[in-house]
Amino acid sequence: MAEKMSGYDEMLKGLWRENPVFVQVLGMCPMLAVTNSAVNAVVMGVATFFVLVSSSFLVSSFRGVIPKQVRISIYVVIIATFVTVADYTLLALVPAIHKELGAFIPLIVANCIILGRQEAFASKNSVKFAVFDAIGSAGGFMFALLALGSVREILGEGKIFGIPLFGDNFEPWIIMILPPGGFITLGLILLFFNWVTARRAARNQLQAQPVTSSRGSHIQ
Amino acid sequence: MSEQDPRLLLQPAPLLQQGMTTPQAMKDVWIALAPATLFGIWHFGISSLLVIITTIIGAMITEWAFTPPEKRGHVMGDWSGALTGLLLALTLPPGLPLWMAFLGGAVSTGLGKVMWGGLGNNIFNPALVGRAFLLATFPIVMTTWHGSVDSFFTIHPSNLAMPLMQSATDAVSQATPLGLLKFQQSATATGSLLLGTTTGSLGETSALLLLLGGIFLILRRDIDWRIPVAIFITAALFSAIINSFDAVKYPSPLFTLFSGGMMLGALFMAPDPVTSPLTPRGAIIFGVGIGLLVVLIRVWGGLPEGVMYAILLMNAATPLIDRATQPRVFGRGRPRE
Repeated sequence: MAEKMSGYDEMLKGLWRENPVFVQVLGMCPMLAVTNSAVNAVVMGVATFFVLVSSSFLVSSFRGVIPKQVRISIYVVIIATFVTVADYTLLALVPAIHKELGAFIPLIVANCIILGRQEAFASKNSVKFAVFDAIGSAGGFMFALLALGSVREILGEGKIFGIPLFGDNFEPWIIMILPPGGFITLGLILLFFNWVTARRAARNQLQAQPVTSSRGSHIQ
Repeated sequence: MSEQDPRLLLQPAPLLQQGMTTPQAMKDVWIALAPATLFGIWHFGISSLLVIITTIIGAMITEWAFTPPEKRGHVMGDWSGALTGLLLALTLPPGLPLWMAFLGGAVSTGLGKVMWGGLGNNIFNPALVGRAFLLATFPIVMTTWHGSVDSFFTIHPSNLAMPLMQSATDAVSQATPLGLLKFQQSATATGSLLLGTTTGSLGETSALLLLLGGIFLILRRDIDWRIPVAIFITAALFSAIINSFDAVKYPSPLFTLFSGGMMLGALFMAPDPVTSPLTPRGAIIFGVGIGLLVVLIRVWGGLPEGVMYAILLMNAATPLIDRATQPRVFGRGRPRE
């Protein structure tokens, strides 16, 4: 029971508390480059999800036999294998989006979230936890991609997943589908995340304060 | 002061009181901008007044919302938030939809000022951040210029577009003097540029009134005279040189000085004490840089106007200029490399 709980814990931390994008600020390159529409964001998220979970599974399975000195190159070979699989699958299934994502699919190999999870977690933990951790991190990444992609598509084109929201007279915010829009949106979301965290910390402190002060008065 | 009024005032140095406070400096800028603003409202009609008011409201609401409650009275009291709104409004076309004006005011204060920690901590001129955002976001609407109106109370239909929507009626854009020169090679008479009876942003057309306001600010020592003077001399010299090669295609020095946002930018935005260099030598470098960039962007860039980007670029260089022009400490030798 305890093991199962901590497995969910490993998953949940990636989604929110240690979200790879909003808290660790990793994987910025695909984050800013491919989030100009929600569909692109989802496809990128699914590809990364597949690569991260599969690589974590494999690295964790072979963690006993991977020599320490060459571990990074072995991780990269494993990741690259799954990226190639994802690349050809997307090319076969959604060629239009594959073309739009362009170099960013092969570049998943260099995504620091994936390599980071292998080095920091999968190579040291059992297969079960490694997979849970990978699902959490990849889910968090996907959530971040989707959040950014939705905001940028809604404001930049007045659509979500290609469905018009505001009718014909919508005035598109050109900047939102250009690179600066990615930076501005990401910055504002980070701002929101930090604000929520700071508020929570302040509230916890406020709840903790009466206890310490009453204890202090008892001592005096 | 009256509520405390101590018999014996004990305070640390400096003991000399300086009359120049932030609210006082802001008030001076308001006075200096008043003639050009009133002329703009008279020239472009009630629409421009609506744009100005909406932008100021957007700037002030943002400042109020993102300031901690205990600091609000102090921060809102210096009128700098409203001034940011006014400066931004003066660079906007009079027919701009009001929701965009509100958004611009909110962005200029939010992203340009509050986010950096409030007045005094921002790197870029807040009003120009707002304008750059609007120009990148709504490039067509931001370059749709309305000319002088027949009746003062004419409201452009585009002003009243619903939020997030564009106006249903097609506006007829009139070319600004800069656009005329760049795309049709026809120069506008210097006289009308001075008086401001041309097309353009709602507060930038009247070069003469802006110049008067700027001289007032220099005499009150609110701004460093070196910055506008360096900008004017550099831009005039540069355009004189290129004008001597092809007088039809390239602007004359007088045209460069009195057209577009040159006066407004050089006198009211570039010398903003927060975002310009502190040292006298730095101020001159800063001004020369802006002057060069303005002419470069206007003549060889894709856009007819370059004052905004010139100032923003030099704002980015300001910390570097400040560091490079640190005066030598008295009594010490030159620092070794």
